[in-house]
Amino acid sequence: MFRIVREAIEPAALESAVRSGDGGAVTFVGIVRSRADDGRPVTGLSYEAFEPMAIREFRIIAAEARERFGDVAIAIVHRIGELRVGEIAVAVMASAVHRGEAFDACRYAIDEVKRRAPIWKEERYTDGTASWRANPSGDLGGSAAGGRGGAEHRSAG
Amino acid sequence: MRIRVLAFARLRELLGAPEITLELPEGARVVDAWSALAQGCSELDEQRASTRAARNGNLVAFEEPLADGDELAILPPVGGG
Repeated sequence: MFRIVREAIEPAALESAVRSGDGGAVTFVGIVRSRADDGRPVTGLSYEAFEPMAIREFRIIAAEARERFGDVAIAIVHRIGELRVGEIAVAVMASAVHRGEAFDACRYAIDEVKRRAPIWKEERYTDGTASWRANPSGDLGGSAAGGRGGAEHRSAG
Repeated sequence: MRIRVLAFARLRELLGAPEITLELPEGARVVDAWSALAQGCSELDEQRASTRAARNGNLVAFEEPLADGDELAILPPVGGG
């Protein structure tokens, strides 16, 4: 299950990706925080995505997780549009025969989604202002763009 | 040639539209499309170093040649999750 959605994410739905032989499933949910990294109070976030590329990136990340951690099943769902504090922005589920691979694969998948999925967020503050925020790890995957290194693309966000 | 440009997040705001069509001379590269977009918009041009380009859904260098009918996405630093 690899999706960009506009409605509330129900994390339990990701468990449909668990296979009958799996003995452990780990689900990570990312939630809209009430404060920005700089401490400013936030009313919500607005997300947008380059959808076909984001979904393809989710599939690539899942394939990489299988290469690294073996036989794991992965589901990734990211919400876009206007989200309020406390709502789920992203959910990642990894399942495997044993818990170790499931934990490792889940961590890998969410880290890579944040690093390179073409998804953007704008923080909305209680004073009515707003600001696009980049992930510190973000570099859109690195290798494809003619030797332009990751550090060049990092933002102070 | 004619290409379709998709812009996201802050780049979309600076460009003033999520999608525009550009007419470029034959042999144009991504960098030429960028120059055409940034002409008269120094705020957009300032984003060049942090912008990635995707041609028909694949990340490419700014030196990548373009072809008629291409979809060129310009992508600012990501913030998902």
